[in-house]
Amino acid sequence: MTVRVQTADFDVGFEINQLRQARKDTGAVVSFVGQVRDINDGDAVSQLTLEHYPGMTEKALASIIMQAKTRWDFFDALIIHRVGTLQPMEQIVLVAVTGAHRGEAFKACEFIMDYLKTEAPFWKKEVTPAGEHWLDAKDSDDLARERWSE
Amino acid sequence: MKIKIFYFARLKEKLNYSTEDLELPSDLYSEVLTVLKLKAHLAKRGDVWGQMLLGKLKIRAAINHELVDDNAVIADGDEVAFFPPVTGG
Repeated sequence: MTVRVQTADFDVGFEINQLRQARKDTGAVVSFVGQVRDINDGDAVSQLTLEHYPGMTEKALASIIMQAKTRWDFFDALIIHRVGTLQPMEQIVLVAVTGAHRGEAFKACEFIMDYLKTEAPFWKKEVTPAGEHWLDAKDSDDLARERWSE
Repeated sequence: MKIKIFYFARLKEKLNYSTEDLELPSDLYSEVLTVLKLKAHLAKRGDVWGQMLLGKLKIRAAINHELVDDNAVIADGDEVAFFPPVTGG
């Protein structure tokens, strides 16, 4: 399992290849990339700043992967999450999961993202023509996470 | 009891505090010190503290890097963090 919190951008192709080639019995690689949109709630966004809790962030992301591991059968997972100031169309996060088959890998990847959105200590601040403001957590994210309750 | 507190995001900006080392009077924790009791104690500092920590915006907490709820117990030497609901990803 790999967790990275960094300001630098990442190369999705490179990261997926690293994961994909690590085991010969890998049959499936599932990935998700989140990026900065230039519109949020109808307001034009000119930049996004991501704050985080150094020390807890990495632990929280690792814990989310461990939770996924107890529920689905997959080989490896990677989370890269950027922090700092980003422009529209910049990548924010990569989640990638490898496994023998796609079913478990797809579910684990979606689970990891739904938990990351509700548990990982990051906070976004948007800059729009109206000024800057912190984003509010969305009910839809809480609902997405609740889907996974056993 | 001595604890370290971190504040993040909108909460940090409103309080104008990013971190503090706090010594707590023993009469506060002769029973158990919960997250909620700590919020109430800090809220006594005045307006913005009360507005933010006990207000409409649900303030989440972590103790030693683990998310906890308001009933969680704080011990001597703990690192406590307060923050708005997270918005990563």
